[in-house]
Amino acid sequence: MAVTLDMSAPAGLVSEKQARRSIRADRAFFLLTLGSATLVVVMLLGVMVSLVIGAWPALAKFGFSFIWTERWSPVKEIFGALAPIYGTLVTSAIAMAIGIPISFGIAIFLTEICPQGLRRPIGIAIELLAGIPSIIYGLWGFFILAPFLQTSVQPFLINTLGNVPVIGVLFGGAPYGIGLLTAGIVLAIMVLPFITSITRDVFLTVPVLLRESAYGMGMTTWEVVRNIVIPYSRVGLVGGIMLGLGRALGETMAVTFVIGNSHRISASLLSPSTTISAAIANEFTEATGQLYTSSLVALGLILFVITFAVLAAAKWLLIRTELK
Amino acid sequence: MMNFIRSTIVAATAIAASTAMMMPAASAADISGAGSTFIYPVFAKWAATYKTSTGIGLNYQSIGSGGGIKQVEAKTVTFGATDKPLSDAELSKNGFVQFPMIMGGIVPIYNIEGVKPGELVLDGKTLAEIYMGKITKWNDPAIAKLNPDLKLPSAAIVVVHRSDGSGTTFNFTDYLSKESAEWKDQIGSDTAVEWPVGIGSKGSEGVANTVKQTAGGIGYDEYAYAEQNHLSYARMVNAAGKIVAPSLDTFASAASNADWAGAKNFHVIITNQPGDKSWPIAASTWVLIHKQPDDAQAAATALKFFSWAYKNGGDAAKALDYVAIPDNVVKLIEKSWSNVTASGKPVYAAE
Repeated sequence: MAVTLDMSAPAGLVSEKQARRSIRADRAFFLLTLGSATLVVVMLLGVMVSLVIGAWPALAKFGFSFIWTERWSPVKEIFGALAPIYGTLVTSAIAMAIGIPISFGIAIFLTEICPQGLRRPIGIAIELLAGIPSIIYGLWGFFILAPFLQTSVQPFLINTLGNVPVIGVLFGGAPYGIGLLTAGIVLAIMVLPFITSITRDVFLTVPVLLRESAYGMGMTTWEVVRNIVIPYSRVGLVGGIMLGLGRALGETMAVTFVIGNSHRISASLLSPSTTISAAIANEFTEATGQLYTSSLVALGLILFVITFAVLAAAKWLLIRTELK
Repeated sequence: MMNFIRSTIVAATAIAASTAMMMPAASAADISGAGSTFIYPVFAKWAATYKTSTGIGLNYQSIGSGGGIKQVEAKTVTFGATDKPLSDAELSKNGFVQFPMIMGGIVPIYNIEGVKPGELVLDGKTLAEIYMGKITKWNDPAIAKLNPDLKLPSAAIVVVHRSDGSGTTFNFTDYLSKESAEWKDQIGSDTAVEWPVGIGSKGSEGVANTVKQTAGGIGYDEYAYAEQNHLSYARMVNAAGKIVAPSLDTFASAASNADWAGAKNFHVIITNQPGDKSWPIAASTWVLIHKQPDDAQAAATALKFFSWAYKNGGDAAKALDYVAIPDNVVKLIEKSWSNVTASGKPVYAAE
C-alpha cells in the first residue's frame, strides 16, 4: 500500500488525510489478525472447559481410578477408561510402526531415485489416498481386509509367531479377522499419505547445492539420505510423523468397523478391543443416564489430553535436538 | 452440569428440526417424532399411506431410542419412540404417557459349517452360557443335547454382539437375564451391557456381516432384518419347553400371552412369555408423548395417526415382518389416551 501511495503523490508529500487513512487501515488489519489468532485460543479453551464440565460427574464419582479401571458396565454404572486408552495407543503404535518406514521409503524414492516422468503420477496417487473418506477405509477394512487376514494371514501368524516365546502372546488366540492388528493396518494406510507428502516436501527443501556436493564427493544415495537429507529436514519429519499420529489417535469411523468394539484388554494383537473415539461414536447416541454420557465425555477429555501430550513431547524433542 | 452439553445437543437438534420444518416437503401440520430405529420401516410405510389418504405427513427421525427420549423430553418433537420402556418414575418425572406401538422378534443367527439355516436349536440357558464364554465350542455337550440329529463341528464359537446401544440388545439381554440367574447377576440387561466375550459390531447390518464372514460365528438381529437378508437363524426352546421357529405367528402368540392389562404404563417386556407357540425373544416399541402437551393440536394429530395405524396398519406391518398390537390391547391403549389433556380436557377421543 505504501508503494501505491508513493506513486500517486509526489515524493514526501503524502497528504495528512491519506496517511491517517492508511494508519487506520493498518490498525484494522492488526485487529483482524489479532482477533483470528485469539479466536483459536478461545476455541481451544472453550473445548477444554466444556469437556471438563461435561466429564465432571464421571470424574467426581470415579476420580483418577477412571483412568486405570478396565470395567465398562452401563448396567451397573461402573465406567473405566483403561481398555479404550490401551486400544487407542496400541492401534496408533502399530499404525506408526508400519506407516513411518513405508512413508519414508516412498518419500526417498520420489525425491532421490524416481525417474522424473513417474514423480507426478505417484505423487498424485498418494495425495488421492488422502482424499478417500475414512468410512470407505472402514468398509474396505471390514469387507476385504478382515476376511483376508482371518483366512490367510492370522492363522499363519498364530502358527508361527504364536509359538515363539515372549512375543508369542502377542499373536495368540483365535483368528477373528478384526481386532487391534487389523485396525492398526487400516490406520497405517490412512496415515501414509499425510506422512509421505510432508516428508517429500521437506526432503525437497534440502538445498540442491548440499545434495549435489555430497553426490560429487562420491556418496551413495543411501549415504546422502542418511547424512544430508534426513539431518537437514529433521524438524519437518517429526512434524509429519506427529500429524500422522494425531490422525491415528483420533480416527473414528474406520476403526469402529474393524476393531471389534469390546472393552477388554488382552495381550494378543489379534483380539478385539476398542479405542476412545470408537467407544464414543458407538455409544453416545443411546447412552441414557447422566453418568454414562458423562463417562463418554470424560473419554473425550482423555483423548484431548493424550493428543496434547503427544504434541508437547514432540515439541520438547525438537527443542532438545536443536540445542545439541 | 450436564445441562450445558444437553442443551447444546438440544439446540443442535432444534436447529436440525427447524431446518427440516422449512423444507417444502413438510408442512406445518406434519407430525414430528424421533427415536427407535427398530420401528422406523413400519412408520415410514404407514406414513406414506396416511399421507395419501389424509394429506398429513410424518417427520420421523430414526436416531435411536436414547435420542428419541432426549428429544421428546426437550419437546423438540411431539412424540418419541423407544425399544426399552421407561420406568413409572421416569414417566411421571417427565409427565409422559407410554404405550406399545408395534412388536417384532429377535433371532439368534449363526454361521456353522455343515449346519443349514433353521436346523440349529438353542435354549436360553445355553445361549446365556455361550454369551458368557462358558460354552466355547460348537460340539459342546449342552448344544449337542439340544441337537441330537446334527453333526456339530468342534469349531470355536465366535460371539458377536451390537457395539452401539440398541433396543435389540436390551430385549436380548432381558431374555438372557430371565433364563440365567448368573447372567442377571453379573451382566444384567440394558441397551448396552458389559459383554464378557465377543466382538462388537455396529448396527444390525454390522452384526449380520460379521457373523456371515466369521466361521463359527453367532449373533442376534431383529427378525425383520434377518428375514429380509436371508440370514440363517436358529430355533429356540420356549418357556413352555417347546421348540419354536421364529415367525409372525409365534411373535403374535408371545404378544397375546403377555399380561398387558395387569401392567402399569404397559411396562411389559414380552420376552420368555408363556404359551406353547410363543417365540421367546419377542420385542416391542413404545411411543412416549407428553401428558400435558404444549401444542394440543399436534398431540391430537399424532394420536389420530396412531389410532389409524392400529386400525389399518396391521397388513403393512405384517408385510415388513412386524406384528401389530392385538385388538384387546389397542382398546386399553386408546383408553389410556384420556390422560393426554389440554386445559383439563382430553386432546383426542378415539372413536
